Amino acid sequence: MSRWLAYAHRLSGIALAVFLPVHFWVLSRALELDAFLAWTEQPAVKAAEWGLVTLLALHLAGGLRVLALEFLPWRNWAGGLAAAAAVATFAAGMAFALAL
Amino acid sequence: MSAMLKVQVWRGGADGAFEAFEVPRRESQTVLDVVTHIQRALDPTLAYRYACRVGMCGSCAMTVNGAARWTCRTHVDKVAKDGRLSIAPLRNLPVIRDLVADLREFFDKWARAGGQFRGARTKADDFARVSPQSDARQLADAGIECIGCAVCYASCDVVARLPAYLGPAALNRAWTLVSDERDAGGAERLRAVAGDAGALSCHTHMSCTERCPKNLSPTAGIAGLKRAVARAALAGEL
Amino acid sequence: MSARGETLLWIAQRASAAVLALCVTVHLVTIVYATQGGLSGAEILGRTRGNVAWGAFYVVFVLAAAVHAPIGLRAVLAEWFGWRGRARAFLLIAFAVLLAGLGLRAVAAVFA
Repeated sequence: MSRWLAYAHRLSGIALAVFLPVHFWVLSRALELDAFLAWTEQPAVKAAEWGLVTLLALHLAGGLRVLALEFLPWRNWAGGLAAAAAVATFAAGMAFALAL
Repeated sequence: MSAMLKVQVWRGGADGAFEAFEVPRRESQTVLDVVTHIQRALDPTLAYRYACRVGMCGSCAMTVNGAARWTCRTHVDKVAKDGRLSIAPLRNLPVIRDLVADLREFFDKWARAGGQFRGARTKADDFARVSPQSDARQLADAGIECIGCAVCYASCDVVARLPAYLGPAALNRAWTLVSDERDAGGAERLRAVAGDAGALSCHTHMSCTERCPKNLSPTAGIAGLKRAVARAALAGEL
Repeated sequence: MSARGETLLWIAQRASAAVLALCVTVHLVTIVYATQGGLSGAEILGRTRGNVAWGAFYVVFVLAAAVHAPIGLRAVLAEWFGWRGRARAFLLIAFAVLLAGLGLRAVAAVFA
């Protein structure tokens, strides 16, 4: 489980690294914010938003797992952190989907 | 349960191939029993390693159905669910022939990671008094049972991707010495395990911890090394 | 790179990760709140423009990301593409500058 989460953590990191410059560039055009907000109402954009938030939640959960493994005293449940991270990601994804 | 096992066995070197054998199934049979039967009854040219055959020496480690295991401690019933077995040499190591891997690099990395005890006392000095209850000793004790079987090394994704990576066993050994209050290896050992080839390249996939036949956790030891190395770097000791 | 240099990068990665963990959580909560409330562009900018506290928060956020992302990619480039050395370093520093530059520009657009 840890192995797959680690790969997912890496892939989500790459995706976010690609997304971030685009995100910043779009934001710097804040003058047209109303038109932009209207555009974000489209279902395809909402779906993409959900995807990004889920990737972010995944990367965050996986990252917290790494920090826990590397800095907290070792316990036997350390192996279960991957499953915990996966559940947390799922929960965050669901929560955001419901909020949309 | 069928009476015969269908077994694919790796033959040759790195550019070899799987060869098929049929082996009679027996009660409480281990994978080592299967390999031994093939070599004794079917093909005497098969090369493989074992010694104690009771789970103490680690010599019989091979890749069974994709996972690194001690073949003497792997019951066929557990792994050959549909009567099929695939047996190959340990991964991440050069193949000498058939099921025999070349472990030189594994042990070289052990040495490179500072895996030897460095004492500071002589015969003239008194014994070192080490409390078994001390935190450091408990951390060391958690990792000292390693017998160098290379199952963790064969299971590590980082070893597969970064040829210079020292690997879980070598780093785990280094950690047991870093935690040993008698050891005088100090900053030199930390330098050996820092950097690209060292502890910092571990991505906590935890395949080593999952597969270790002695239930050790190299991930824990490597995490300890990461912290020790970071502390040393910040203190300007690295 | 020296053992010390590698270790300092590792420390920077973990430190920026901790900072980002906080910033990302705050960011997600506030964004959901801001967009759920159905605020218009003018209303949002009305709250953000001239807001020094939030501006400072996002400056920290941007800089932490500009440290964290390139160091993360560094391992990917080494392990999946066998890339090391000067060329990799230049690319990653350029990416860090790009992130910081675009990010601070965005912060200025929304908060200045």
